[in-house]
Amino acid sequence: MTAIAENKPAYDGQALDLTGKSGARAFKNTLATVLIVLAFVIAMIPLLWILGTVISKGYHLLLSADWWSQSQRGITVRREGGGAYHAIMGTLIMSLITALIAVPIAVLGAVYLVEYGKGTRAARVVSFMIDILTGVPSIVAALFIYAVWITIFGFNRVGFAVSLSLVLLMLPVVLRSTEEMLKLVPDELREASYALGVPKWKTIMKVVVPTAFGGIVTGVMLGLARVMGETAPLLILVGYSKNINLNPFNGFMGALPTMINQDRTELALQPAADRVWAAALTLILLVLVLNVLARLVARFSAIKSK
Amino acid sequence: MSSPDGTAPPDRPDGTAAGQEEPKIEDLVHEDAGPTPRFEDLAEEHAEHEAELSAEVMTESGPEPAAADPAVAATGTAVATEPGKKMELGPVGHLGDRLFSAFARGSGGLVVLIVAFVGIFLLALAIPALADDKSSFLFSRIWEPGGDQPRFGIAAMFYTTVVSSIIAMLIAVPVAIGVALFITYYAPKRLAQPVAYAVDLLAAVPSIIYGLWGILFFAPILLPVINGLSDALGWIPLFEKPPGDNVGVVFTASVVLAIMILPVVTAISREIFAQTPIAHREGALALGATKWEMIRMSVLPYGRSGVVSASMLGLGRALGETVAVLIILSVPNGNDPWNSSIFAGGETFASKIANNAAEFDSPEKTGAYIAAGLVLFVVTFLVNSAARIIVDRSGPGGRRPRRKRGAGVAQGASS
Amino acid sequence: MSVNRLLRVGSVAVASLGVLALSACGSDPTPSGSSSPGSSTSSAGADCPQGTLNAEGSSAQKNAIDEVISKYNEKCADVTVNYNPTGSGAGIKQFNANQVDFAGSDSALKPDEMTAATKRCGGNPAIDLPMVIGPIAIAINVDGVDKFVLDGPTAAKIFQGTIKTWNDPAIAKLNPGVTFPSAPISVFFRSDESGTTENFTKYLKAAGGGAWTGEPAKKWTGTGAGKEKSAGVAEGVKSTKNSITYVEWSYAVDNKLTTAQIDTGSGTPVELSAESAGKALAAAKPAGTGSDLALKLDYATKAPGAYPIILATYEIACTKGLPAEKTALVKSFLSYFVSKDGQASLTDLNYAPLPAEIQTKVDAAIQAIS
Repeated sequence: MTAIAENKPAYDGQALDLTGKSGARAFKNTLATVLIVLAFVIAMIPLLWILGTVISKGYHLLLSADWWSQSQRGITVRREGGGAYHAIMGTLIMSLITALIAVPIAVLGAVYLVEYGKGTRAARVVSFMIDILTGVPSIVAALFIYAVWITIFGFNRVGFAVSLSLVLLMLPVVLRSTEEMLKLVPDELREASYALGVPKWKTIMKVVVPTAFGGIVTGVMLGLARVMGETAPLLILVGYSKNINLNPFNGFMGALPTMINQDRTELALQPAADRVWAAALTLILLVLVLNVLARLVARFSAIKSK
Repeated sequence: MSSPDGTAPPDRPDGTAAGQEEPKIEDLVHEDAGPTPRFEDLAEEHAEHEAELSAEVMTESGPEPAAADPAVAATGTAVATEPGKKMELGPVGHLGDRLFSAFARGSGGLVVLIVAFVGIFLLALAIPALADDKSSFLFSRIWEPGGDQPRFGIAAMFYTTVVSSIIAMLIAVPVAIGVALFITYYAPKRLAQPVAYAVDLLAAVPSIIYGLWGILFFAPILLPVINGLSDALGWIPLFEKPPGDNVGVVFTASVVLAIMILPVVTAISREIFAQTPIAHREGALALGATKWEMIRMSVLPYGRSGVVSASMLGLGRALGETVAVLIILSVPNGNDPWNSSIFAGGETFASKIANNAAEFDSPEKTGAYIAAGLVLFVVTFLVNSAARIIVDRSGPGGRRPRRKRGAGVAQGASS
Repeated sequence: MSVNRLLRVGSVAVASLGVLALSACGSDPTPSGSSSPGSSTSSAGADCPQGTLNAEGSSAQKNAIDEVISKYNEKCADVTVNYNPTGSGAGIKQFNANQVDFAGSDSALKPDEMTAATKRCGGNPAIDLPMVIGPIAIAINVDGVDKFVLDGPTAAKIFQGTIKTWNDPAIAKLNPGVTFPSAPISVFFRSDESGTTENFTKYLKAAGGGAWTGEPAKKWTGTGAGKEKSAGVAEGVKSTKNSITYVEWSYAVDNKLTTAQIDTGSGTPVELSAESAGKALAAAKPAGTGSDLALKLDYATKAPGAYPIILATYEIACTKGLPAEKTALVKSFLSYFVSKDGQASLTDLNYAPLPAEIQTKVDAAIQAIS
């Protein structure tokens, strides 16, 4: 973010004026510009289309206060009314628990890879394991937690079990992106800090991590966005409830993806279809709000690193 | 933190550390460093002051602890990791340092443990089922697990999974890099930020919605494209179109997967491109490079490793995506001959497992599906390793951050 | 420690406050009693316990049980009933793993499942209670065809793949005066294992005159392209010209698909309706003896006006062995489900109500649960 601001387009003009460019180079430059703008346009079409679909079909339910304050208790697919309160709370509770577990492990793991274990065999093993973890489909992660939580320990299906399986999905995303961001912190900063006698851990905490903070936040948000939209672990590990349940350690729990999943089979019915798109829009808005909060945090810590 | 006595901290790493050797060595290090606790205390106090009042740093920092500690650090970590290859610059040996290092190592170890557990669990479930398999697991395309004569093979699933992911990557990665470059270096500042937010938002669209949108709204638009491609290239088996106007085909799923992974790849690439040191960029421009040459020479090489990591995360999602693929793809029946065309239906590993998870009624049947999940593990790992090897081999000298750090370490070693 | 940390802590605090604020104002929607015709005044075993009842299983009865839960809550507001339509197999699995209080299933318990269920019920047998009858429609999408007749053998041949085009003489013979295109028939089937497929293939086997070669099973063995769940096949037919599928009646109605009339050999082709499905059900016999209420349906029935392709779904519960408060909940809910009020609400959703005779038996079995 800050780096985008640093990018001063004024330099381009000077560079162009200074050299007598050959036609081929100028052509390549133009071609690249065209292709990059084209890529942008190509990407924007489906992205805006999806967002447009979700917003236009879902926004009207979000305007009512009931949507934010009521559950779906007693509302069948043929009836209008009710809200997504139970699902919003379920999604928030489960994903916040997930983040509380996954983010510290992921950030510390990335710190280990970049700052402590670099080049060692142990680090290579860790890196290898993360690569494998990126390839675990959500359904396999869910089956694994099911085997541990229910078959071995004999617990009941609860929201917390979902969080555990989501940790498996969130870890590699946050860890990999954090690792890449930490790698990009210039060594000069570390060296300067060491030279001043600052211990290594403080260097990491006060110099390295804050410098990479914006990127780390992006990674965390990507990870959160991914796990908040997951359906399979919710189906296998908690079960959907139309009723309000705020306890992640007891009972079925609503969540936005499972709410969508319940109603998506009835898209031919207008009340159900409305709720599908509205729940999707709500999920996107939740991530947006978390995103904005996280970026505020990132901005404050960015001031500090200056 | 407040009590820097020597006995407590070495026990802690023992409890949490992943590696078996490190704690011991740290004990040794600590004993070696026996006479210096005073310096350490001083250094830590100084450091705290410094971190908070960075303006006063220059005047306050004591030269002695800074000088004494690197020696300890150097011997300590050199033994702990690989002798001679690496040398730490910072003063190591504080309580805080040991704790922090233990936490970091512990997290690394935890990741290994988790994956090992998942792997062991999958293997334990898969092996008995595989032992009962009456047909070739790798080369058969029949899928009839469970029962007295279980016969199942992954050939068809493997093909669909890999082909759909390859097509998705071919579409998504170039576009994502283009978008990331556009946001960081081409877009007017006023446009860049909203676009970046919009792309991030799309990562938040749940995969069910991608699936529904894909089959309800996008697939009908894609039908003319499918017909056009098959008319032009139908003589290649890959593009041969079976009769009927089925839109739930591998090609549709691939395009939707590409759209799904686009935000992930774009977001990470964008952050990385934005981090290119301004000196590199200015240097290139000052030498008279065009904007594209500047990007090619300074931005892309600098971000190479990161873009590959981002792409691998995207690939992981494409390979493992369940619900969206499940909604879009139509499944061929068991009687028709196998069709390798991307304009035919199919099943990926994840969609097959998800579609049948509700009816796992025996351990043998579950095992068969878990074995399929295991193959997905292996595929992901192979692709990841291949990508990393390519990146490591083909990096043009000196620009990648890893090499840069290497240089820094070498400097430290010589001092 | 520093200003920044304060800010960071501050924003986290603000976020959690927001969550708390949201959590303070959540509530259940107030039941709209006026919208339900015939508001229950009868006393169908209506002592209302308190608590939560969790169930899981067949997706074929999802809409039925949702409706019944909603109606039941108008009477017993303090009971929370959750039903997860993940599939019959999953329902039985979760029931046997002690994760849910009763299961919904498209087929009665098999012997080995019964063994596991008995163990779960503390050594007492579990019981199959037929509760929801869902007719299966054969739905088509062919331009210009809004009345369509099929008989068993022709249907079997189409779904087997031996009849490949719409203008086949066998189809034309059953539909005099209707012109069919020469286009190939696109068949859609359920790609997930389902009770709907099992019951439909039972029909094809029984009425197909040998044209259906596979054994009836949850997994499809015929021709065509697979789609996920009832919604998938219905959507597939809706969006693809010249296509055909088998799907629960309600999906065919909701998606406004043309459904086939079945020529059972009784003289006139039978149109699908609650009445014609009910007639077929009247011909059904209890499959087991004693308290086992599993039904044996006669798919080859030639009874006049009986629509032969129907699906009976069961609730599976413990006869004994649940904790007392769960027993009260299960009894209270299930006896409402089987009552006249409960069954009457299903007709609007395109299910067929249980015949009175079976209703009485099921109710007796529920009252015997202790």
